[in-house]
Amino acid sequence: MTGPILTVEGLKAYYQICQFGQHLEVRAVDDISLQIERGEVYGIAGESSSGKTSLIKVLAAATRPPLRVVGGSARYDFGGKGIDPTTASEAEIRAIRWRHLSYIMQGSMSVLNPVRRIERTFRDFAQRPLGLSGAAYRDRIEEHLDHLRLPKSVLRAYPHELSGGMRQRVTIGLATVCRPDFMIADEPTTALDVVVQKDVLSLLRTVQQDMGASIIFVTHDMSVHANMADRIGIIYAGRLVEEGPTRTLFTRSRHPYTAHLVASLPVIGDTRPRPALEGRPPSLANPPRGCRFHPRCPLAIERCAREVPPLEAVGQRHRSACWRAEDVRPLLIPGETGQTAMVQA
Amino acid sequence: MSALLEVDAVSKSFPMGGLLSREQIEAVVDIDVTLLQDRPEIFTIVGESGSGKTTLARLILGLETPTRGEIRHLGQPVGAGRFGAQRHAFMSAVQPVFQNPFEAFNPLKRVDRYLASTARAFRSLTRRAEIEAAMDAALVDVGLSLEEIRGRYPHELSGGQLQRAAIARALVCEARILIADEPVSMVDASLRMAIVNLLRRLRDDKGVTVIYITHDLATAYYISDRIMIMQKGRVVETGPARRVLNAPQHPYSRLLKASVLSAADAGQGNLAPAQDLFEASQEALEVARDSRMIDLGEGHSVRRAG
Repeated sequence: MTGPILTVEGLKAYYQICQFGQHLEVRAVDDISLQIERGEVYGIAGESSSGKTSLIKVLAAATRPPLRVVGGSARYDFGGKGIDPTTASEAEIRAIRWRHLSYIMQGSMSVLNPVRRIERTFRDFAQRPLGLSGAAYRDRIEEHLDHLRLPKSVLRAYPHELSGGMRQRVTIGLATVCRPDFMIADEPTTALDVVVQKDVLSLLRTVQQDMGASIIFVTHDMSVHANMADRIGIIYAGRLVEEGPTRTLFTRSRHPYTAHLVASLPVIGDTRPRPALEGRPPSLANPPRGCRFHPRCPLAIERCAREVPPLEAVGQRHRSACWRAEDVRPLLIPGETGQTAMVQA
Repeated sequence: MSALLEVDAVSKSFPMGGLLSREQIEAVVDIDVTLLQDRPEIFTIVGESGSGKTTLARLILGLETPTRGEIRHLGQPVGAGRFGAQRHAFMSAVQPVFQNPFEAFNPLKRVDRYLASTARAFRSLTRRAEIEAAMDAALVDVGLSLEEIRGRYPHELSGGQLQRAAIARALVCEARILIADEPVSMVDASLRMAIVNLLRRLRDDKGVTVIYITHDLATAYYISDRIMIMQKGRVVETGPARRVLNAPQHPYSRLLKASVLSAADAGQGNLAPAQDLFEASQEALEVARDSRMIDLGEGHSVRRAG
């Protein structure tokens, strides 16, 4: 098994609404190409309404109208078993779901059925894909919970009897019980407290490394990405604007939006003023011409408003979509006291 | 120096279980805070969910009555159920900012209507021009303008803009104290610093005292003057924010600091949990009943057993 586990090429998914004879098109995913390697944690960062949830809906084969895939393709490669989530039939999806492809969602309370014991939920999710029954099935579940450092007693509990962190660990347990090759995690720790958040992340990372699975990890919190992801893709207004290894993106970013996201992270022990990005995220129904970031960009030149910058290689495994990628400098240099301004146009 | 707000040995417990149950849950235990009138500051309350930080905010706002102790604003006790002119004056001086601006505003009501009705009720303005001038002044203070907000419904504004409008609404009535309960946890990363910087500017330029409630130690370090760390209703450590966070003394404070995800070693994936600190803070919690605050000097104090 070599080669990427997921290849996305020129994917376009739009919300198309036809109301009172008016056609409205929201370009939530606009021409995104990326590849995810086996055993890799790929972080996707972007603000709300940047299209990151629409992207993972398409990748999870959960595209429902009004969201439609209008172009491009996505292809999973599960050890010779290839499947395209944008065109696969319901039966084909059912065959890979949980077994090869699983999800961890944000609100654990909305994943777990409130009127069923955790045991029943596990049976609903896992019994059929695992193909086990009776004692063999029970042993498998208990062994798995043990691995996740969860007590067996959670199986007898109802979701409301568990704490938020415990519930999120149960959902990770559900997502990993069939040892999938690929997991989609959508803001899995956003609602959790700091101490619990670190615990859940460390659990997810350990399980992922044990299984050798790949994860698409979506969150807007860059400090989570810094510790979780191997590679990060930054999405702005439906487009992938920069992609690269985590360390590179944090230290040698080649896109002004990424540079801003990194610089705006407060750090304990550092009281230098943090810059805030003015303006508001663009509307995807009527995005700005040219580079979509140019109205808020401190480096914008006249060309940015006319031409869309392509996502091009700027280093090893590092791509950026910016006409002025060479001029992007870190906004705050770690360890330095003064603030270094971006090179002005 | 006279006190702006005094929280004097305040405790709050809620009954748990059925009508006849005698069980009580102690949400907040023996809290003392004094905010001074001529020293505007950002006072941060840090803790996890269940630490009692939101209950304390509700007590200060007069939405809950303390079980023991008293909260005084300018020497006058703050009490739920107190109506009339005194309550009105208190409400115009102490204003809340909530976590999720999309829940705080009615989606069917225009945002400018909130500002206008606040101006009418708390500033006793009647003429349209006066009301609009007051609204515009407050909106300019938060980096917006009346032109941007006029006629807009909440869904037409971004989360950051709406949160700033919520702060402007509190400024319309010339509030002296803002109680901001997790004001940035629902706001996107790129807009978060705009809100945090705004709170800092309000303190420096307008002399507004901010009680900033959060679980994010990094923004707390960035903006606060003083900090108070709470564990299960009790204060475990309090003092000047930089001093406390640079060298936290209580195991729970150290646990919180150790759990902050740092971007400094990006790509190294350092997620090892601080198990020893976790156990130490659980132990400290068990003996919390027989413990007291020890003064370490310079206003820094920490809870110790004994």
